[in-house]
Amino acid sequence: MSTQNIDHNDDGETRRDFLYLTAGAFGAVGLTSFAWPFLDSMNPAADTLAMSTIEVDISPIQEGQSITVVWQGKPVFIRHRTAAEIEQARSTDLKDLRDKQVDSDRVQNEKWLVMVGICTHLGCVPLGQKITQPKGDFGGWFCPCHGSHYDTSGRIRKGPAPKNLTVPNYKFMNDTRLLIG
Amino acid sequence: MSGGERAEFKNPVVSWIDERLPVFSLMQKEYGTFPTPKNFNYFWNFGAIATVMLVLMIVTGIVLAMHYTPHADHAFGSVERIMRDVNWGWLLRYLHMNGAAFFFIAVYIHIFRGMYYGSYKKPRELLWIFGVLIFVLMMAAAFMGYVLPWSQMGGWAATVITSLFSAIPFIGEDLLHFLWGGFSVDNPTLNRFFSLHYLLPFVICAVVFLHVWALHVTGSNNPVGVEPKGKQDTLPFHPYYTAKDTFGLAVFLLFFAAVSFYTPNIFAHPAHFVEFNPMVTPPHIVPEWYFLPFYAILKAVTFDIGIPFTDVVFVSAKLGGVIAMFGAVFLLFFLPWLDNHPVKSARYRPLYKKALLLLVVAVLALGWAGAQLPEGLPVLVGQIGTAYYFAFFLIILPWLSKNEKALALPKSISAAVLEENKSKAQTTTGTAT
Repeated sequence: MSTQNIDHNDDGETRRDFLYLTAGAFGAVGLTSFAWPFLDSMNPAADTLAMSTIEVDISPIQEGQSITVVWQGKPVFIRHRTAAEIEQARSTDLKDLRDKQVDSDRVQNEKWLVMVGICTHLGCVPLGQKITQPKGDFGGWFCPCHGSHYDTSGRIRKGPAPKNLTVPNYKFMNDTRLLIG
Repeated sequence: MSGGERAEFKNPVVSWIDERLPVFSLMQKEYGTFPTPKNFNYFWNFGAIATVMLVLMIVTGIVLAMHYTPHADHAFGSVERIMRDVNWGWLLRYLHMNGAAFFFIAVYIHIFRGMYYGSYKKPRELLWIFGVLIFVLMMAAAFMGYVLPWSQMGGWAATVITSLFSAIPFIGEDLLHFLWGGFSVDNPTLNRFFSLHYLLPFVICAVVFLHVWALHVTGSNNPVGVEPKGKQDTLPFHPYYTAKDTFGLAVFLLFFAAVSFYTPNIFAHPAHFVEFNPMVTPPHIVPEWYFLPFYAILKAVTFDIGIPFTDVVFVSAKLGGVIAMFGAVFLLFFLPWLDNHPVKSARYRPLYKKALLLLVVAVLALGWAGAQLPEGLPVLVGQIGTAYYFAFFLIILPWLSKNEKALALPKSISAAVLEENKSKAQTTTGTAT
């Protein structure tokens, strides 16, 4: 009992401080955990997240033609490359590339180039899918927003974009059907 | 917020309320008898003008929200319906659309005024910081408002600007999906932008309140930059400056009305009239004119920063551009400490005046470059402008603070005013004879 009195007179402040600190810490932890549901609700919802895959029939695409399909709200470029384009993509020296990747790492079948058609700079859709559109200085794609040039393998060659066009997960189900996702 | 001194009111109802909550005393003190430097020029109108524009934006915005549908499938159509079918919808929308542009015009002039006359200097640093905060909030609100009609331009502006965050190392991609609420700019993005676009103006109001509060603690700066020394240097706010502000506001609104009624789409772009298509980027994306200088700074960094002649990159061109753009705005917060020259007004600082006017030229040039395709000359202009912008804040201002010799300051505001009148009288008699 007597020690308690001494505590109260001399070190009582410490006990009060401890209570303040623990109460404050619990309050902070509580508030933060309460904030989490609000913040996390802004992340992609279950229906958005639900794995979506698409199947594409690639038989009508002639050599030298491209099509754009929608996957997860994003455009996916599928190009049936010409022999010249494949040759160009393969003969490129790695030294000339910003994001170093050989062509064979970017395709499963060298005739078919499949990529997410979103510029890795700020998310525009590059031009070059249609014959009438500019293809940039390297014969692939050209992003009109800030002037990024991609080659026939979809690799960044010039302009502000830091990375090559992304290759999504995909597989050939047979010679004419492609599964993306 | 305590009772403080109360004014006398003849009206018994006013008096009754004032005894219980002294709002009338407060108004009397802060907007009636408030001592205000007597030498304001018309540059001092723009704070009041900006406030009126904020109120106009809120009023038009609240009514527009009653007719607008924040859904990716219906947003574009609902805006077209406002334009064609809703009674006076065209007027509300044109006032809101052009109101944003004129709000920024007023605020840019207001910022220039603050910089020219050194209004950010001691003891008004916090006042200035609140002002920059308002500017940042306005940019966020304006950007989200630009997206709501779900047009090609708005949707792609949203894509480009949110994608800036993907430049952040490690967490960029996840942050982007958090901002979008999905894997591309889509309905969840539109919904949250609408929610925040409605919220931010009220946050701006709160910060404006702090801005004005801080102003009424320190009192206003003035064109001479010498603090009032007594009653002879000031005038009561009412009727002198209520009248002057009203006149300036009327002239400003004349221009606003002329644009809203005769060339309402002068700030718009053809891609605003096409519904958003996530599969096709318009050939040329530009933000609203008031963002163009900052957009040009983003585009000016076209090179990686790393060890020369090797492949080692510390900061990619993309991240560098993003840092430069946000840095350009962020620097403004530190202006009171970057420039600590004891003389406020540029009238008495010839070198600072030249450097500041050159900054205005640089910002206008950046604005031009920001609107062009990123090739050739505009890139060069953007890089030179960006270099000057940062040099002004980080090199020129600190250097001038130490080395600039200012002209002799007048003894007081009254002395300056008398001096001015004397020289004016001389020139008039000179021409008469």
